[in-house]
Amino acid sequence: MFTMGIDIGSSSSKVVILEDGVNIIAGEVIQIGTGSTGPKRVLDDALSKAGLKLQDMARIIATGYGRASVKEAHKQISEISCQAKGVFFLVPSAKIIIDIGGQDVKTIKLDSKGSVKQFFMNDKCAAGTGRFLDVMSRVLEVNLDEMEEYDSRSTEPASISSTCTVFAESEVISQLSNGVAKENIIAGVHQSVASKACGLAYRCGVEEDIVMCGGVAKDLGVVRAISKQLKKTVIVAPNPQITAALGAAIFAFEEVINK
Amino acid sequence: MTDTTNMLAKELLGFYQEKLYEEAREAKKEGKLVCWSASVAPSEFCVAMDIAMIYPETHAAGIGARKGALDMLEVADEKGYNLDTCSYARVNLGYMELLKEEALTGKTPEKLEKTPAARIPLPDLLITCNNICNTLLKWYENLAVELNIPLIIIDVPFNHTMPIPLYAKEYIAEQFKDAITQLEEICGKKFDYDKFLKVQEQTQRSVAQWNRVAALSSHKPSPLNCFDLFNYMALIVCARSKDYAEITFKKFADELDENLKNGIFAFKGNEQKRVTWEGIAVWPHLGHTFKGLKNLGNIMTGSAYPGLWNLSYTPGDMNSMAEAYTRIYINTCLDNKVKVLGDVISGGKCDGVVYHQNRSCKLMSFLNVETADMLQKENGLPYVSFDGDQTDPRNFAPAQFDTRVQALDEMMKQNKEGVPNE
Repeated sequence: MFTMGIDIGSSSSKVVILEDGVNIIAGEVIQIGTGSTGPKRVLDDALSKAGLKLQDMARIIATGYGRASVKEAHKQISEISCQAKGVFFLVPSAKIIIDIGGQDVKTIKLDSKGSVKQFFMNDKCAAGTGRFLDVMSRVLEVNLDEMEEYDSRSTEPASISSTCTVFAESEVISQLSNGVAKENIIAGVHQSVASKACGLAYRCGVEEDIVMCGGVAKDLGVVRAISKQLKKTVIVAPNPQITAALGAAIFAFEEVINK
Repeated sequence: MTDTTNMLAKELLGFYQEKLYEEAREAKKEGKLVCWSASVAPSEFCVAMDIAMIYPETHAAGIGARKGALDMLEVADEKGYNLDTCSYARVNLGYMELLKEEALTGKTPEKLEKTPAARIPLPDLLITCNNICNTLLKWYENLAVELNIPLIIIDVPFNHTMPIPLYAKEYIAEQFKDAITQLEEICGKKFDYDKFLKVQEQTQRSVAQWNRVAALSSHKPSPLNCFDLFNYMALIVCARSKDYAEITFKKFADELDENLKNGIFAFKGNEQKRVTWEGIAVWPHLGHTFKGLKNLGNIMTGSAYPGLWNLSYTPGDMNSMAEAYTRIYINTCLDNKVKVLGDVISGGKCDGVVYHQNRSCKLMSFLNVETADMLQKENGLPYVSFDGDQTDPRNFAPAQFDTRVQALDEMMKQNKEGVPNE
């Protein structure tokens, strides 16, 4: 039996096709999100990769900010519950999830069964989110996937504000014009993202294992900065961008089984 | 005279709201005094002196709910009021500027002409107290200066400890006496203490019926959705010292009692989960927040906000009246706030709590983080908070609200399905 989870975020679209609730036979990501062609393209890609048709899916669940616009879905579940489900499936020892996506930073506390015990999210502010990194990457003329490498060469991280993306951008520009090395600025940017996420994690109560997911988890500079600030090991979920879609696909499987 | 005997509570609510505004407009025309008052300032003194009352907070909420806030906010912005200032204050100060412009030029400004809320007259005097926030002091001082009219202030100190000490009650009661002296000067007549006692008694009858309505949400399933109290609240604010409030609330409570007897409940279909809403309504998005909860099978059976007007006291006893106006939960310490809200949650048999982080109301919002944490330790219930604003529509994002409320719903469902959080 096949089930599908579709996660339409603010800046990327993800689909997971699951066989019998355990085997991931497709896990696709396209880096454009809700309102774009991303959702349709990623759906087609996943089906094509799995060699299946939409009709082969026993149940489809959508999640993410664009969840309400996914016509193929039988149901919508919040990304909080889906992240918990997906991460717990991959890392059953997870107690705290730090999820940083395009416009959200969230920390989720799990109970021993993997259910959501509490969660905290950023307010209406892009500081500390994937968008924040996008903006910095553009200003610094460094690709997102190169930022970790720059960070690893940092000798003295610069201080970058974590209260506002726009102000932080100005700070970065002024640091650049003052001749501060990009390596140190990028390490400062990573610390800024980390301080926002850690603020939320402290509210949940920091307890290991801590698992990071969402697109920003691919930037190991951020992961290191969070780990350093929390003084704990941070595990990056395998394929961290698809964990919510995976959770949705698992929910879909459970719903079919429990019917 | 309109016969109200056969009106439904909902019709009475609309009728009396309009009547109050009409009375104020008529009073102005006849050269009688009109007072603008803070929502939880004592209404008894002015009503005893036959002064027509207008409540800017309720009026601003009405403008917000009818999607007219932005025009008024723009006027306030142009006057230099900071965006961080309470949006009730900004809407009202904007509205006042337009009324003033009209009075000075004889021309009605376009924004005033098309504003969707009831037309209100300019005040001749003002009364406020700081038992719900200190913004009110500056807001009303500005009104007084801009319009060059008298302002009665009753200073109600914050209660850092409970119970309320005698000296605090006496301090407030002394100011009641000063307010009476001020009113005698403004009105040019002696204060009628016999009438005042009757007004106090009327206020108590209104409050008793209000409390009767509010208590009905403890039934499971509930005949009352507390979202309705956000609407009915207009009369406990604006007419508690008149029989309008008593008549309407009695009718509403009778209707709900009858519904309860006949198995008619507020949630059409099956009430699945019950939530407490902490904070003021998001007036410009009232429908969205209501439907967002309702579509998930949730009903609001707890709200501490309407309880602000549980102003029970002994008529004739100034200290008792002073206590009623100072003990409201947002004028008290964190421990008491937690206790009051805890009682609301258990009284409403709630499964979770929604906290409105209201950009306008700092006093109500800043304590929410600590309150939520303390209450969860006590009752183990899931909660969620969302960013919003009582009347500035720009400070609320529907999608962010939806995600948080859906996640709360899933947590409540998980608890109810017997997978308790540890």
